[in-house]
Amino acid sequence: MLEGVNTEYYVILSAILFALGLVGVLIRRTAVLVFLSVELMLNAANLALVAFARAWGDLIAQSAVFIVMTLAAAEVAVGLAIIVTIFRKRASTNVDGLAELRG
Amino acid sequence: MPLYLMPLFPLLGFFLIIVFGRLLRGTAAGWLGSLAVLASFGVAAGHFLALGEEPVRETLWRWLPLVGSRGLDLSVGFFLDRISSIMTLVITGVGFLIHVFSIGYMREDPRFGRYFAFLNFFVGLMLVLVLADSYPLMFVGWEGVGLASYLLIGFWFSGRDNANAARKAFIMNRIGDLGFMLAMFLIFKVFGTLVIADVAAQSELLRVGQPALELIALFLLVGAVGKSAQLPLTTWLPDAMAGPTPVSALIHAATMVTAGVYLIARSSFLYEVTPDASAWVAWAGALTALYGALSALGQTDIKKILAFSTVSQIGYMFLAVGTGAYWAGMFHLVTHAFFKALLFLASGSVIHGLHGEQDVRKMGGLARAMPLTHAVSLIGVLAIAGIPPLAGFFSKDAVLLGAFEYSLALWIIGLVVALLTAFYMGRWYLLVFRGSYRGHAHPHEGGAVMNVPLLVLAALTVVGGFIGLPHLLGNNWLEHYLEPTLPVHEIGVSAATEWMLIGAAVLAAVIGLGLAWTRFRAGRLEDLGGLGQVSARALYLNDLYDGAVGRPSAALARGLDAMDRGVDSGISSAAEVTTEPGLLAGRMQVGYVRAYALLMLLGTVLLIGYWALRVIGGSV
Repeated sequence: MLEGVNTEYYVILSAILFALGLVGVLIRRTAVLVFLSVELMLNAANLALVAFARAWGDLIAQSAVFIVMTLAAAEVAVGLAIIVTIFRKRASTNVDGLAELRG
Repeated sequence: MPLYLMPLFPLLGFFLIIVFGRLLRGTAAGWLGSLAVLASFGVAAGHFLALGEEPVRETLWRWLPLVGSRGLDLSVGFFLDRISSIMTLVITGVGFLIHVFSIGYMREDPRFGRYFAFLNFFVGLMLVLVLADSYPLMFVGWEGVGLASYLLIGFWFSGRDNANAARKAFIMNRIGDLGFMLAMFLIFKVFGTLVIADVAAQSELLRVGQPALELIALFLLVGAVGKSAQLPLTTWLPDAMAGPTPVSALIHAATMVTAGVYLIARSSFLYEVTPDASAWVAWAGALTALYGALSALGQTDIKKILAFSTVSQIGYMFLAVGTGAYWAGMFHLVTHAFFKALLFLASGSVIHGLHGEQDVRKMGGLARAMPLTHAVSLIGVLAIAGIPPLAGFFSKDAVLLGAFEYSLALWIIGLVVALLTAFYMGRWYLLVFRGSYRGHAHPHEGGAVMNVPLLVLAALTVVGGFIGLPHLLGNNWLEHYLEPTLPVHEIGVSAATEWMLIGAAVLAAVIGLGLAWTRFRAGRLEDLGGLGQVSARALYLNDLYDGAVGRPSAALARGLDAMDRGVDSGISSAAEVTTEPGLLAGRMQVGYVRAYALLMLLGTVLLIGYWALRVIGGSV
């Protein structure tokens, strides 16, 4: 049954997920939601990678997915720490308020 | 006594007054400065009395070692022979009297101490100039007096005119100094030494090409012309009247402007073998004498009349040294120092008595209010006009005799100048002291410190001429005295001719005074007509320079300024062109995370679009 699904559909789903994530990054103001959107984009990329791996019958792309997931975990760990710190300082996680950190 | 004490005392005075000026109360600085010059006078007099035919030489230290590496030594040394001995006496003697006079004249000035510091500085460097045994050291003094004159002419610098006058004197002197420097370079190239005595020894052997010698002599003339305000570098000197009056007396009578005459007399060994350059000297002198006399006719400033008179009289000195009558030039220099210092100080006394008034049209009738100033002025006027037996008569006669032997034309010019001199000095005297007072001040005498120097100078003016009696009348001490150092000038005319010349000179003086008397007898202000107009503008020489040099320079400066501004704004706009996009890019640095994300997106889209196009184009 799975065989019947064309790779194009995975790629289209991946693109939609990526676009949703991108829109989220662009319009959300809360740091946590921006983070979620970034995760969504990463996972969209992962989905595409997995789909390509299956289509080519090659595992290299799948291993790339593990690297992405590891990086995403590390990113979330650091990012959440930053967000928590910001929240303690400002009682808000609105990313626009961070514009004052501009150099 | 070592020679270096002579310049040392005034320079020490300068140092003390500048450094400890705040501790000196009242007129103490003035007396300190005067004493310093008096001490120098003592040294000068001592040396004068002890001096034999051989010059005194004294080396202080070696200087300019590069010169020495060629086996030639240029050392800082002083050199006193009979010419410099006479000069030192005049500088320190007359200089001392001017110092004392200044104590009275400058008493009210808030910068009293500084004034005397500058005066001492001036005298000290003038003595360096005179005593130097080499041209470079002479040049040190030469530049030093230039600096001092700048400081003193611009002493009352708050007025723009005064500051400009000081600058004018300084800048015009630079032109002359260039000539002096070129002469020095050439002397070193040709003779391999700059020590005056060595150059003299070599030029006697005549191992040098004639054109080079002529050129050196002409360059020296340019230097002398600048310092002595001869044509064509005359115009700074009348403007220099902006300084305090005793300064005019010092610069005009005893020191700086005579330096040119001294330079040529000092270099007489050169001019003896360069007849063409000597002719230039003589003509420059004669024409300047005429120019100065003509310009003095129509002046209305009590000091400017005297300033143009100085120009004219120094022209006489140049005429003398140019015609080979070096001793006559030195003689006129000495007597001129007496009577011109006297006249300047007398006019200083008048200005002081009238609270700063300098316009002769607002004077008159001062003989009653200022009897002493009047008496000494009369002596000075008669002396400069050439009435025997006052000092000016003898020296002018000696100059004219030399000119007569050299060229009839020069003698005629000299005679005309003598007539004009008598006329304008008569006018000066009559307008200031005769008739009735036309001003509003309350004229008064200046007190003892001002009167005593006047009296001493008046006495010197009366007897000073007897050091150089004409051969007909007795022993000429000065010419005899200068024989070891200056070329001997043989008299080649008969006694009858000489009497005729004396008669003509006296006649010219009497006619000049007589003309002045008929015109200005009652102190009436009579217009001199067209000539007076031309004369009042100093024969338009300033206007000529302004038109020929000043205006084109100003136009050029304006053009360059416009161009500069053009280039400047061009560069600025170019800089803006490059900074503006930068600022634009900087504006993207807003700090909003979403904005950055958008930019990243756009960038990615652009990249992907680019690659997509290439793929479609089939180039990958």
